[in-house]
Amino acid sequence: MKRAGFTSVWLPVALLLPQLSIIAIFFYWPAGWAVQSSFYLQDPFGFGSTFVGFENYTDLTANSEYMRIAWFTVVFTVLVTFFSLSIALLLAVKADKVIRGAKSYRTLLMWVYAVAPPVAGFMGIMLFHQHTGPMTDFFKALGWDYKILVDYNSTATAFIIVSVWKQIPVNFIFFLSGLQSIPRAVREAAMIDNRSGVRRFWDITFPLLAPTGFFLLIINITYALFDTFGIIDTLVKGEPGNNPMTLVYKVYMDGFRGNDLGGSSAQSVILMVLVLVLTVFQFRLIERRIHYS
Amino acid sequence: MARSQTRKPFKWAPVFDHTILILGALFMLVPVVLAFVTSSHSAVQIAREGIMFVPGSHLGENYSKAMFEKGGFTATIDGMVMLKNSLILGLGFALGKIIISMLAAYALVYFRLRFATFAFWIIFTTLLLPLEVRILPSYEAIQRLDLANTYTGLIVPLIASATGTFFFRQFFRSVPEELAEAARIDGAGPVKFFIDILVPLSQTMIAAIFIIMFVFGWNQYLWPTLITTDEGLFTLVRGIKQIYQTMIDANSIPEYGQALALAIIAMLPPVLIVIFFQSWFVKGLTESDK
Repeated sequence: MKRAGFTSVWLPVALLLPQLSIIAIFFYWPAGWAVQSSFYLQDPFGFGSTFVGFENYTDLTANSEYMRIAWFTVVFTVLVTFFSLSIALLLAVKADKVIRGAKSYRTLLMWVYAVAPPVAGFMGIMLFHQHTGPMTDFFKALGWDYKILVDYNSTATAFIIVSVWKQIPVNFIFFLSGLQSIPRAVREAAMIDNRSGVRRFWDITFPLLAPTGFFLLIINITYALFDTFGIIDTLVKGEPGNNPMTLVYKVYMDGFRGNDLGGSSAQSVILMVLVLVLTVFQFRLIERRIHYS
Repeated sequence: MARSQTRKPFKWAPVFDHTILILGALFMLVPVVLAFVTSSHSAVQIAREGIMFVPGSHLGENYSKAMFEKGGFTATIDGMVMLKNSLILGLGFALGKIIISMLAAYALVYFRLRFATFAFWIIFTTLLLPLEVRILPSYEAIQRLDLANTYTGLIVPLIASATGTFFFRQFFRSVPEELAEAARIDGAGPVKFFIDILVPLSQTMIAAIFIIMFVFGWNQYLWPTLITTDEGLFTLVRGIKQIYQTMIDANSIPEYGQALALAIIAMLPPVLIVIFFQSWFVKGLTESDK
């Protein structure tokens, strides 16, 4: 808080009111409702519900399909995060280094930020099409009998490639701005000390980029968990069947297609706890960055 | 010196750097270029051959059909309606978010509040919890409030997260304290200080956040899919789902050309904004998260 603060009582309350009421109605109320209904079993015809305690949760952990989806989500998140971070880092390091065309490269590597995930997924449908997709031809040329929507791994590969494509720009922007904020003096000292570019990168640049990297790690995890919904829904054309799906997609399927309110709510609560843990972690990082910058 | 007179050896490093950058740029660009090229072909041709690598002759036809021909189950919407709805969602979301979060951040930073810490935590718990996590309960809430198939139901729940407030809080905290003090000494009240000094000072920040939020709102998919069943409220991004749905349902040749045209139109406004206001956008994105 500022030391030269104003001392009105009602004005700040009035200023906070819109934000607080929207959060109360569209955040805390639904979230509380989700926690509550995760302890109930709803009648499928809407004639009331019975309290079942933690049954919805224990049902989930005992459900092999749910555990398989959870496992897929973990693998998917790790792969998307790893590839989009490392490709973006490589591109940012190079874009920071070149002199000619630096601005054009920057634009060319970041504009995909503005493409909506389902639009990306829709282009994926064409590129990975079972009969006419060039990516399918490419994989077949490599000797892989690639069949999207038929073969589990084929579909998962398409999810990952499209998701990485969509996420590279954000990471690129943050890495590039991180690189550009490294002081000139530090760079020049490093140049004198060490002639090997590779060594210089791992000894100097990489540690200095670590805060940006940690921050992006969380951003990428939440992206892979939640924002990829549009990509997945489009690629499977709304009918996942036996194809892989993420936990958020499962919440959607059970809640809106399967009408399993209790189970879907329990899944929502699990995801909320997961995100809250990430938020606390993120918050500590952000606060630390403020203190040192 | 003798060494400086000898010819410099050719350096391979820049060639290598540029090769990587060009490959990266192509990786980002090629899918969209192919989608655009393919959108100039007839549905029959695309159904038979898939992605096309040379331009065809149906460009104008596909785009005008996508924009002006009534489609959907009820045959009442065209691309223009969806474009209008996308604009309403993008602008409504960005403006709503900026206004609400600026006011809240102002209250949190510039006032001595007894419950400031409490309000802070109430607001910032929502920071990373996206709507996707609580879609079902949010949907129920909208149903109970009778807000399904309204712009309010479409826009307001998306505003219920603290990202904007967090941005502005960080920014206000970086504004020199002497400003508010000087304003007070000059007899300016909190409202006058906000409107005459703080808002003009935040212009760049507002522009940057506006771009980010507009793109975010425009690109929303899951929430519009759930909350708008009335086709008159479909956005472009939402409309794409409708197109491939009708592709599956109808046993005729899917209108791939029109669908791709619509996809290109759906990405054009946000992409152009990001490219043209690049420096603001990058500044907003990277500085707000510090």
